[in-house]
Amino acid sequence: MNRPKPGRILPSEITPEAVHQDRRRLLATLGYAGVGLALGGATAARAARTGPVPTVTRNAKFVARETPNSWDDITSYNNFYEFGLDKADPKENAQDFRTQPWAVEIAGECDAPGKLTLEDILKPHALEERIYRFRCVEAWSMVVPWMGFSLADLLTRFKPNSRAKYVEFTTLLDPRQMPGQRRAVLEWPYVEGLRIDEAMHPLSFVAVGLYGRWLPNQNGAPLRLVLPWKYGFKGIKSIVRIRFTERQPRNSWNIAAPDEYGFYANVNPAVDHPRWSQAKERRLGGSLFTARVDTLPFNGYGEEVASLYRGMDLRKYF
Amino acid sequence: MKRLAFCGALVPLLWLIAAAFGIAGLSLGPNPSRELLHFTGKTALNLLWIGLLASPLRILTGDPAWIRPRRIVGLFAFGYALLHFVIYAALELGLDFSDLAREIVKRPFIVVGTLALLLLVPLAATSTDRMMRRLGRRWQSLHRLVYPATVLVVWHFWWQVKKDVTEPLLYATALALLLGFRWWRAQARRDPHASNTQRGT
Repeated sequence: MNRPKPGRILPSEITPEAVHQDRRRLLATLGYAGVGLALGGATAARAARTGPVPTVTRNAKFVARETPNSWDDITSYNNFYEFGLDKADPKENAQDFRTQPWAVEIAGECDAPGKLTLEDILKPHALEERIYRFRCVEAWSMVVPWMGFSLADLLTRFKPNSRAKYVEFTTLLDPRQMPGQRRAVLEWPYVEGLRIDEAMHPLSFVAVGLYGRWLPNQNGAPLRLVLPWKYGFKGIKSIVRIRFTERQPRNSWNIAAPDEYGFYANVNPAVDHPRWSQAKERRLGGSLFTARVDTLPFNGYGEEVASLYRGMDLRKYF
Repeated sequence: MKRLAFCGALVPLLWLIAAAFGIAGLSLGPNPSRELLHFTGKTALNLLWIGLLASPLRILTGDPAWIRPRRIVGLFAFGYALLHFVIYAALELGLDFSDLAREIVKRPFIVVGTLALLLLVPLAATSTDRMMRRLGRRWQSLHRLVYPATVLVVWHFWWQVKKDVTEPLLYATALALLLGFRWWRAQARRDPHASNTQRGT
């Protein structure tokens, strides 16, 4: 397996301004959390995970050279169908989503199954920041400073056995809180899957935060996957279940439209979506007249991940 | 009525300009060209459907005033459709004509949308009083091209939706009613004994 190369650009060269702005926002959030606690009850519970992330170090091995998108871009333009179909819907509809208490069930082919609270999940991991490119299957993209930890570090804790060839992830099913689930747009709950070697790859990441803060609900709080070489829909949000399987799990978009969305969903400019081209992408945050940029194979992470797919026909396994 | 239609059809354009320049706190969001594209497309769609409502309203109410704003509405619909195409070519594709040619050939919903726009061109071009007089009876036959054009528009809308087709389905249903009404009228007029609504276009 190829180890990713260290970042070629110093972390300090990237978005000092955004970080500063964010610190200011962070202080505001702290103030808000205090008010929330004073009001007590539901507000306190909701506000509890909006404070600063304790200690975060930037992992220099995973720093995209592009400037990250603004907090507003990243948190107001989301595909999270559980909270509505328009890009602006999740921000509006997910505000009251409760992510505390939260539990994740670990099941399937592993020696340490069980049910863990979010706190149990987080406890052993040192949080790190990684700046990844994010490419949606709809041909737009952004650059996101995620906070979290390596998926491999999480999965090895559950001691997957030799039959664990794949991992399946499931989003919360709760139509009362997730209005989008009241309509059969997709088969609910949302499910995704990875081959075990993909899941154990050093790039695979569990995000719990963004720009130094806990993840906003619309971005998949309290924990989500980030797989920067795959189309965004593989990055399943608000995970409640992780199951190790011997057979390839199903994934929601493939169930919905098998000729348009595959299991692998690796970013590939050479394989178009049947209804639109994947050769270029719109990088969010530009002006009306900013040109689209070329999409790179594996979203520019080919050096790290191409070996996972050696010998595979990527047109067939799209 | 005509003036009202003119002002009404101008509102989306004003919104668009305000949002594009960040006036009055409006904005096009993180993906501005896509927002403009969807907005102009949807506006053209709405105006076409409103235009198709004119003749049934006149027949049902017996008031010829309903027809008067139709030309304005139709011309604005064409204008927004053209803007929709220009935004697609200039901002989405960045006037990369090799891309444009490939997209038009390869993407079915773009072909369908382009065809719809082309069908509307002769209608806009013959919308003057002079052309109406010159074409006489043929003017009306020509302007029936709006029916296939709207069918293509719904198809174009349907095909580009990622998953949820509720909205295109609503437009398709409305179109079926609007065109169905005309078909029913034509049937009724062909056989005067079946109905007593004999006069009119």
